[in-house]
Amino acid sequence: MDKTREMVASVVLLAALAGAALWADAAGEPFYVNLASRVAILGLAGVGLNLALGFGGMVSFGHAAFFGLGGYACGIIAWHAGNYEPILTWPFEVEGTDRMPPIWGVAALVCGLAAAAIGALSLRTSGVYFIMITLAFAQMIYWFAISWPAYGGEDGLSIYVRNGFPGLDTYDALSFFGIAFGALLVALAVSGRLLGSRFGAALTMARLNPVRLATAGIDPFPVRLTGFVISAVITGWAGALYADLNGFVSPTMLSWHLSGELIVFVILGGVGRLVGPVAGAAAYVLLETFVGGATERWPLILGLALLGVVLFARGGIMGALAGRARHD
Amino acid sequence: MKTLVAAAVAAVIAAAPAIAETKIGLITTLSGGGSHLGIDTRDAFMLAVEQAGRDDVTVIEKDDARKPDVAKSLADELIQKDKVQVMTGIIFSNLAMAVVPGAVRQGVFYVSPNAGPSALAGKGCHENYFNVAYQNDNLHEAMGAYMKAEGLTAPFILAPNYPAGKDSLTGFKRMFEGDVAGETYTKLGQTDYAAEIAQIRASGADSVFFFLPGGMGIAFMKQYTAAAVDIPVYGPAFSFDEIILGAVGDAAIGVKNSAEWTHDLDVPASKAFVAAFKEKYGRVPTIYAGQGYDTAKLILAALDKADPATDPDGFRAALAAAEFESIRGAFRFGPNHHPIQDIYVREVVAGPDGKPTNKLVGVALKDHQDAYAADCKM
Amino acid sequence: MTLALLVEQILNGVQLGVMLFLTAAGLTLVFGVMGLINLAHGSLFMTGAFVCAWVAGTTGSFWLGLGAGALAAAAAGAVVEMLVLRRLYDRDHLDQVLATFALILVFSEGARWIFGPQPLWLDAPAALSGAVSLPGGAAYPIYRLAIIGAGIGAALLLWALISRTRLGMRIRAGESDREMIGALGVDIRTLYTLVFALGAGLAGFAGAMVGALQSVQVGMGEPVLILAFVVIVIGGIGSVKGAFVGALLVGVVDTMGRVLLPMGFSNFMPPSEASGVGAALASMLIYVLMAGVLVWRPQGLFPAHG
Repeated sequence: MDKTREMVASVVLLAALAGAALWADAAGEPFYVNLASRVAILGLAGVGLNLALGFGGMVSFGHAAFFGLGGYACGIIAWHAGNYEPILTWPFEVEGTDRMPPIWGVAALVCGLAAAAIGALSLRTSGVYFIMITLAFAQMIYWFAISWPAYGGEDGLSIYVRNGFPGLDTYDALSFFGIAFGALLVALAVSGRLLGSRFGAALTMARLNPVRLATAGIDPFPVRLTGFVISAVITGWAGALYADLNGFVSPTMLSWHLSGELIVFVILGGVGRLVGPVAGAAAYVLLETFVGGATERWPLILGLALLGVVLFARGGIMGALAGRARHD
Repeated sequence: MKTLVAAAVAAVIAAAPAIAETKIGLITTLSGGGSHLGIDTRDAFMLAVEQAGRDDVTVIEKDDARKPDVAKSLADELIQKDKVQVMTGIIFSNLAMAVVPGAVRQGVFYVSPNAGPSALAGKGCHENYFNVAYQNDNLHEAMGAYMKAEGLTAPFILAPNYPAGKDSLTGFKRMFEGDVAGETYTKLGQTDYAAEIAQIRASGADSVFFFLPGGMGIAFMKQYTAAAVDIPVYGPAFSFDEIILGAVGDAAIGVKNSAEWTHDLDVPASKAFVAAFKEKYGRVPTIYAGQGYDTAKLILAALDKADPATDPDGFRAALAAAEFESIRGAFRFGPNHHPIQDIYVREVVAGPDGKPTNKLVGVALKDHQDAYAADCKM
Repeated sequence: MTLALLVEQILNGVQLGVMLFLTAAGLTLVFGVMGLINLAHGSLFMTGAFVCAWVAGTTGSFWLGLGAGALAAAAAGAVVEMLVLRRLYDRDHLDQVLATFALILVFSEGARWIFGPQPLWLDAPAALSGAVSLPGGAAYPIYRLAIIGAGIGAALLLWALISRTRLGMRIRAGESDREMIGALGVDIRTLYTLVFALGAGLAGFAGAMVGALQSVQVGMGEPVLILAFVVIVIGGIGSVKGAFVGALLVGVVDTMGRVLLPMGFSNFMPPSEASGVGAALASMLIYVLMAGVLVWRPQGLFPAHG
């Protein structure tokens, strides 16, 4: 366990991501800037999941629900703003907006409430049951999104005009990367502070030894639930940003494949490492872009690579960079 | 002398589009579920490009794996990194909705070889978006009109519970006009239709109309035949292309389906295409192959007249004029850049080699235009 | 709805349930004995269907195909167990989820490589085609009755195997105390491989049977996998009896939901809207059922380990 080395590796990794975006922008390649934004956003979603999964030991196989809800919150609000149709007319009128900060607020609120409800029911179970019940809730929302016609159903919903951010031109690829990267840094800082606090210690203890936590007079249930909600809010924020990056939301953002991919980011990067999911998302996106560009058989290569990581390189990328994982 | 030079210069300028290189981005589904549609489209598209023998056209192929976010990211890559001027290839409407609005707003031309969601045909139409295949409702409307003309009075209609499924049944009812014996929406991707088949049998319907694309249609047809229900079946061509017929087997024989093109159409260009496709790939081309081929022919014909990079207005006008030899015979665009065309009815019969195939039996609608054209303001 | 139609729909539900049981049995057995959560179980289902379609297409015999499909799935299961999964038994569920998620990618892409992207043709054998009349006037496909029969037969065999044979005794011992059977001198590695191959073979058998009813194509195992998980979670993970009850429950609830919900809504809605809303709720119904069962009994209906 080498904290300094992990710190150095994390800083180098984040700097490399920002550097790649700056370089691509200077070279006049907005595509690579957007690719870096994609890494930052998917990494952000992974950072959220990691809080529940890596630190809290809650293996959620349904985090796509929050990613998709965040995306839909963004898509629906922007749609109402674009069509000048109020979202609510009763009991009071609520207009849509095309500003990112209020959209993020709504996305966070929606995901927080959903996570509180899903978590309160799911956390009554543990182990495989928890994995499966989170999957079941995500599937419910997925099927609802497919069959509900008002916002496009399975066709999805286009966001024709990217939402704005005070003082920035969000259409500029580098500015948008700045927003995504800023969000990632904020989430990392918040997660870091949280884990260093008494709450973080309780969350870790709820994973390692819930009985001891209970004898210390702390009920593990509310600790876990709080962790789950914060985790969902971060993932939902990522979903809202992803919707703006693509200009599009669809039920695919809610599918169980996406839940699986989020887990892949976390483990590929290294479980229980703060910056691990960013490394995992970067590796995944690079593989998808460059191997996927070269061969249609890339899922085979991805599958074998994942197997290799699980079987032989348990620390993931951060483990390779910074020594053994801290909770082995 | 001066006029002669000017004429020569004008001639050189006019010939210039043939020299400038054009990049076409082709995003389609080459892996995962539904990939046989994308592969057929791609193969026929490349056949047309190869036949044209032009070295000034580069086609960049990408696989969207049927994921909207992947398709969107690939489109951005093609537009921003490879600087393509023309894009095409997408099969599924939900992917088209993710890609097309953004692409045409960045000044790229998008020519759709299949997906034709209503949102892009009506209010959301765009001057740079063209659809060579159909508006999604067309084949369903044609079947409604045909079944009405056949004197059927009580069809049972079913489709998956998603936007294309709802458009399908709405389109059918728009032209059928009468009441239906029953109307059911199934789960998208459903594989077992026992409950629905029991309902059909009990409904007293005189016919069944279904829209279940891909594997859903295969499952439905096999189970329907196994249940020994003797109510005749009708549908759009999507569940009866030659590759799906290979998986359904004899269960599909006798089914009537609507299509805007069929491989036994008596049009010289069509016969030449079918022969060339069979020669090169060793299989009968599906309607997706036919659409891919027409898409390529249209783009190539328009490139002869104008270079999209230097003269986008000329290229747009050339696309809209649609002066190419379509395998459907006559071909023209309506004001919303969607085809106005005949829609045929085919029957599934046992082919010469014993495998089921489609045979042309009639025309369902002449010069049909989609219902959304009036909403389009471009 | 007439009584005959009701009977037919219940039969449809039972048939779906029996098929789900065949898939879920292996999943729950593997979890009960080895503690492994296997997302790639649907891929073994797919393997059975593909091999059956290919063998039946080459030889012309569905029955050869059925046998080959079940055997191929069992063999694929044994190979995967020996190469990959046995390294995961003492890992946490997270690693198991990820590794078996990776296996899905490998299996799906591998099947597409070997068999091509287009769906394959597989038809029910002539002996089982056609339909029989039910009392009340409805007709029911013989092939579906055969699936019900085969599924119940397999359930009985499985029960006999577990409760009456030496292998079954070891499996039960393995479920309750892993160290003990090692101490009894049982070669635990072989036992695990056998159990895994048995579960895989059952899934392959189900895949081959169902392949004749639907399209044999890449990805066909995934919806079944999710349903099978719902089944074993409702039944209690690790319990074969629970899987049987859960499978029937899910089969009947799913089928009746698809029929009754649109009918119910059409009482106070126009029929085409009622059908849409009803279908939407029906597609969520089994997940609601599962969440409901877990809230009521967090360990499922028949908890396997006390």
